[in-house]
Amino acid sequence: MLKVQNITIGYGVCKVVKDTSFTLQNGEILAIVGANGAGKTTLLRALNGTLPLMKGEILLDGKIIKDYSRREIAQKIAVVAQENETKFPVTVLEFVLSGRFAHGTGFGWETSGDLQIAENALKICDLANYKNRLMNQLSGGERQIIILARALATQAKILLLDEPTTNLDLAHQAMMFRLVRERCQSCECSAIIITHDLNLASEFADEILLLKTGKMIAKGKSEEVLSAVNLREVFDVEVLLDAHPKSGKPRITVDFGN
Amino acid sequence: MATLLGSEKLSFFDLNEQQKAILFDIRLPRILLGACVGASLALAGASLQSLLRNPLAEPYLLGVSNGAALGTMLAFVFFTQFEFARPVMAFIGASLATFVVYQMAKSRAGMNVERLVLSGVIVTTFLSSIIVLLTSLLDAAKLRSFTFWLLGDLSQSTINGFYLSFAAVIIGTIVLMRYARALNLMMIGERDAFDFGVEVNKTRLAIFATSSLLVGTAVAASGSVGYVGLIVPHLVRLAIGSDNRLVIPFSALAGAVFVVLADTIARVAIAPRELPVGAITALIGAPLFIYLLRK
Repeated sequence: MLKVQNITIGYGVCKVVKDTSFTLQNGEILAIVGANGAGKTTLLRALNGTLPLMKGEILLDGKIIKDYSRREIAQKIAVVAQENETKFPVTVLEFVLSGRFAHGTGFGWETSGDLQIAENALKICDLANYKNRLMNQLSGGERQIIILARALATQAKILLLDEPTTNLDLAHQAMMFRLVRERCQSCECSAIIITHDLNLASEFADEILLLKTGKMIAKGKSEEVLSAVNLREVFDVEVLLDAHPKSGKPRITVDFGN
Repeated sequence: MATLLGSEKLSFFDLNEQQKAILFDIRLPRILLGACVGASLALAGASLQSLLRNPLAEPYLLGVSNGAALGTMLAFVFFTQFEFARPVMAFIGASLATFVVYQMAKSRAGMNVERLVLSGVIVTTFLSSIIVLLTSLLDAAKLRSFTFWLLGDLSQSTINGFYLSFAAVIIGTIVLMRYARALNLMMIGERDAFDFGVEVNKTRLAIFATSSLLVGTAVAASGSVGYVGLIVPHLVRLAIGSDNRLVIPFSALAGAVFVVLADTIARVAIAPRELPVGAITALIGAPLFIYLLRK
């Protein structure tokens, strides 16, 4: 369980995230939504201890996050970030196995258990036959799924995903969310997802956190948060709201006024 | 076999006393030291490349070798009486040069290939100019041997130099193997490494210190043998992939073989005169650098 208590994050005098509090329950998926520059990524990066807090505390399983070592945090929290192109010939399997680092020892070679976990992660992402291919020869979308596979291979209880669907086609966007959903349901894991796709957030997240210039505007079920009033305030656009024909969750369309 | 290659043809089984002395007191230390220098430079290159996420990172190109050379030279000029002043000063010089290049290459947006290479060039040329200024303090005889040494030269090898260099290679290999898996993650990305459990700052410090030790002892013993740290890890990766737990030990072995071969060529190519070994390695390394840069 991740508990965020009244945190402020910033660089120097500039405060990027202000006085934000929320709790991520086990099994829950939380989507963070907001305009560009609202502080979404900053907030996400603070949650695994990457950025120092100016104020407030983050509690991971009841203990202040600063009191954990990097290895301990990595065992509990996995990150799916924007990809980083490497110039070295790293294979897909080696890449996914790097997610097992926190479970190994210093001189460490992976155990057969690690190998099995990594191969299984590739399998559930439909990438089993990619394992010997080189990362720098794949497309951006393929790499993005592999980054998810690496996060799944950590077996961490909390997943932090920063715009995981940017490079993905429709089918793979759905697959990405389905995999996260399945992981959360099957092992009491929870996930925080930053996304610009309000409809995917509405459909897949249990709760939505709306962020505007570092301040939390609303948090709750999609029906409550994704209202025309809130969206006008955050994005400064007019939207049309109706319901998803199957799930009944809010569906958002931009109103261009014509 | 390299012991026997020379400007005169001899059989191993009928050597006179003088020839035996040449073989065991001059040739053998030279080969052993050459192997250690090659291993050191290749280890430093392989680990710096992974750490800095840059296949072009190389002790010679980053100015680390020149830092060590300047340190050695200061010891050469000011502390002639202490034998171990040269490697110690070389280590300090290498550490300082590493630190300065790293600080220069780092920016808010991270570190890109061009910035790192440019920082290396700036530090290298700056240190070179100080070295040239210092050479004006040397007399003519010292100057000639020093210029040769600066280009990478194994002809002054001693068995003490070998012991020191060998110790550095052993320590360096152990430390780098300890960090090999962390380097695998650093190679993918510094932020990724941090997210997945690597103590990034500790790893960086350990790699910088180790590579400075390796380059420092290598340069103190043999001058700036360039491009070994570029060529060797590149070929090793082509052969066995980029897992540092394999790349590091294999680079050490391949680096040792490479420098011994290059030095043998340097010794016999225009016999009875000798070339500096650094000239041979640069002859192979510079074209490869251009190839990698364009890739």
